[in-house]
Parts: sequence; structure tokens; C-alpha cells
Amino acid sequence: MAQLTVKDLTLGYEGKAIISGLDFSVDAGDYLCIVGENGSGKSTLMRTLLRLQSPISGTIETGDGLRRDEIGYLPQQSAVQRDFPASVREVVLSGCLSRIGGRPWYGKAEKAIAVESMEKMDITHLAKRCYRELSGGQQQRVLLARALCATRKMLLLDEPVAGLDPRVTAEMYSLIKRLNREDGITIIMITHDVAAGLDNANKILHVGAELFFGTKEEYLASPVSRGFSATEGGEA
Amino acid sequence: MIMIADISADFAKLGEYLQRDFVIRALVVGVLIALCSSLFGVTLVLKRFSFIGDGLSHVAFGAMTIATVMKLTNNMLLTLPVTVICAVLLLRTGTNAKIKGDASIAMISVGALGIGYLIMNIAPSTSSRTNLAGDVCSTLFGSTSILTLKPFDVWLSVGLSAVVIVLFILFYNRLFAVTFDEAFARASGLKAGLYNLIIAVIVAVIIVLAMNLVGSLLISALVIFPALSAMRVFKSFRSVIICSAVFSVACTALGIMVSVMYGTPVGSTIVAVDIVGFAAFTAAGLIKRRV
Repeated sequence: MAQLTVKDLTLGYEGKAIISGLDFSVDAGDYLCIVGENGSGKSTLMRTLLRLQSPISGTIETGDGLRRDEIGYLPQQSAVQRDFPASVREVVLSGCLSRIGGRPWYGKAEKAIAVESMEKMDITHLAKRCYRELSGGQQQRVLLARALCATRKMLLLDEPVAGLDPRVTAEMYSLIKRLNREDGITIIMITHDVAAGLDNANKILHVGAELFFGTKEEYLASPVSRGFSATEGGEA
Repeated sequence: MIMIADISADFAKLGEYLQRDFVIRALVVGVLIALCSSLFGVTLVLKRFSFIGDGLSHVAFGAMTIATVMKLTNNMLLTLPVTVICAVLLLRTGTNAKIKGDASIAMISVGALGIGYLIMNIAPSTSSRTNLAGDVCSTLFGSTSILTLKPFDVWLSVGLSAVVIVLFILFYNRLFAVTFDEAFARASGLKAGLYNLIIAVIVAVIIVLAMNLVGSLLISALVIFPALSAMRVFKSFRSVIICSAVFSVACTALGIMVSVMYGTPVGSTIVAVDIVGFAAFTAAGLIKRRV
């Protein structure tokens, strides 16, 4: 059974549909890229998958041992975080929130997970540093470590390389790839960067006027991808 | 020499004052309110809600005038629920509403202020007729009310403060999560709406308590100064919280003592001490960054 199955999903705001008739499924170990123009509803889809908003109609089911609160999330950075006084350790530890149930404090187990996640992201030496004083790439690693505290099964990444320079972008992609290949974590990633995104993904979901879901090879052969790549290329 | 003699005389006077019940009551209540307001002040400032404190304090002023006119034995019985309801409404509309958050806060706050003063003027209340300006002044600037607390007020303040502090400690990690990244907290299964509601209610309670101390115009100072000062120097959430609590308690205690000694108004003295503290922390932050 697939980890995530989306059937006939219609989503949008205040009853106004942005995407309708969406069907796709994600298996354990998949690397799914969600591409599409600005305003095509990519982020709305991600918010719906995370239960931050409810779909207008249709269903989202998890299976294969995945619970809905076991999906890790790397959000786009919000304005609040930029001047927030918080140490890296505090931020990473807050990813364990879904693990503590009704308890008020984090226990030994959660702290161990946080330490392990920081090691995985190679940010252990930054643990006591202030989050807002880190570089963009380091901040993304911290947020990724936080997401890893929440899950070892599935990560949802919303534009993980937005605003990063090319070198750091490449590092970020290889980091995500490693999580996918070596740790077997399912990746769902929203990206503008079609070319780089496509390098690593095995499945593509294209949202917009035309919907497409299939393997990378099928996508590259489809007319949807050609139209999209052309317009994206024009902008760049 | 005269200066030194003066100061030592002042200290002797202070020692004498500290024996008196009303000074001790003022200090106990002041320190507790300072502690509560600084703990939640950090969350409010970081969530960009600091203006809500200001708006709510005006609502509390309006409610208090109505309570006075209705001749309630204890003003808090009306002030507290009204302020809590407004807090909930304001935080609700903060996210999605026809009238945007800041505008609705300004509207409610100014409306409450205006209506409050109007009611005080037209109500046929014998006592406030004679000394209207004094009454308004003391509600707005809390001139002496902290020094005239009755034992019941003290116990009520102690009880409410204890509840606020316990809630803060129990929800500390969740408050951090919901303040740092609400979307992530909600994706982790946290009921962010519930926590925003709890924050709103607690802030309302703090504001009603703080009216006794600094009056409704100066409450924001208690909420904002400790948080901003701590954020100048410290970099982690926990250290900012601890520092702002210490800052707030120290400034408030000092402010009360100075005002008792020199007969200055309590609220404005505390705010003045807060400003000096803020300047010192800003300087310390700059120096720390240089080093």
C-alpha cells in the first residue's frame, strides 16, 4: 500500500477551487517533485497535505505505517523567524513536539533524537548559536534537522533552496538526496528549479491548468513539461 | 557631604517604609505582575502582538469606568471578563477578517477609551463628580492605587499570578513552538488556535492585574520593555525569558521603592526605570557585539 494516497482532491480557499480532480500516490522511498507556475496551488496543496487547511472535497489517506503527524515539514521561512531569539538546539528540539503527547517537557529520548538529527545535518557545532545569526544555508539545515525530529518516514519540503546561492543550493540538494537514498525517507518537494529538482526525483506532479502525475521519464516526454520548461527558461 | 547625608537619610526612610504593610503589599503584587507580564511579553513581542496589550488596556479602562458607575464592590469582577472577551475577539480577527488586525485594535482601544471617559462624565456618581480628573488620572496612570491595596486584592493578584506562572511553565515548549513557527506546530498536531486563545486570555488577566500597578496607559511598558531589553543581549529563547523576568522584577521593585521614597507616581516611575534599563541593555548589546 502507498504511504500517501490522494483521491479526487479539490483544494483552494473559501470554497474557490484552485486545483481540482487531483489523484496521485506516493510510495515509501519515493522522491516526488511538485512543480508548477506561481499561484498554481503548490503551496496550497502542501498545506492541505499537512492538515493546515481542509480540502474542499476528496480524500488524503496515509498507509504503510505512516501516521498523519509523522510527516516532517520544511516550511518557507516566515518573517517572524528572522529576528527570533532562539538557539539552534531549541529550534531542532521543537521538532519533537509531536512525540511528547500530553507531557509538558521533552525527555531523554527526544533530546537524543535532536542530537542525532543535528549530527545528520552536520550542525552539531552550531547547537548553541543563535538561529537568526546563521547563514541561509545553515538555517535551512537547522529546519531540516527539526523536520527530521518529527519523522523518519516522510519529509515535505516547500522551496528548500529559495534564496540560497548556487553552491549552497547544490549542497542542500545532495543532502536531501542522501536522506532519500541512504535513510529511505520519502521526499515530497515543491520547487521552482525544475532542472535541478528533476535530477533527483523519480516522480513528478505538475499542477496548474494541466495536471500531470507520473514518473520523471513520462513527464519529460509529455507536452506539459515542454510548455512549462519553455516558459521557465524564458524567465531565466 | 550633604548629598551623602541625604542619601543615607533616604535609605533610613526606605527601611522604615519597608516595615509598613501597604509598601509590602505593593511590592508583592508589583513583583508578581512584573513577572507575569514579562513572561508573556516575550511571546507577544515575537508574535507581533505587542500592540494588543495596549488596546486591551484601554478596554480594561472602559470596563472599569462602567464598573465604577455601577458601584460594584470589586471592579475586577466586570473588568476581567470584558477584557478577556475582547482579547479573544482581537486575536481571532488578527488572522482573517474584513477589518485588519491593527486597525481593529486601534478602533476598539480608542473606542473604549472614549466611551470610558464619557461614562465617567455623564454618570450621576457622587464621588467621581467631585474629583473626576483625579479619578481618570488614577485609572490611566495608576497613580496611587497600588499603595491602597486591600488584602483581598493582594490575594486575588497572588492567586491569578500563580496560575499564570504555572501555565507558562507547563506550556513553555508549546508556546515556543507556536511562537517560532505556527505552521510547523500545527503540522505536528498542536492545536495552535487553542494556544493562541490561552495566550489571549492570560494576557487579558495580566492587563487587568497590571492596571492596579501602572494604570491602563502604561501597561504596554511592562509587556514590551523587559522583552525588548532581554532580546538586545541574549540569543536563546530560554535566556531571553529568564532575563526579561529578572529585568522586569528588578525594575518594578526599584520603581516602587523610589516612588515610595520620593512620592513620585508609581506607574510612571516604574516606566522611567524600565527606560533606563532598556538603554543600559541596548548599550550592553552593542558592546557585546563589538567584542
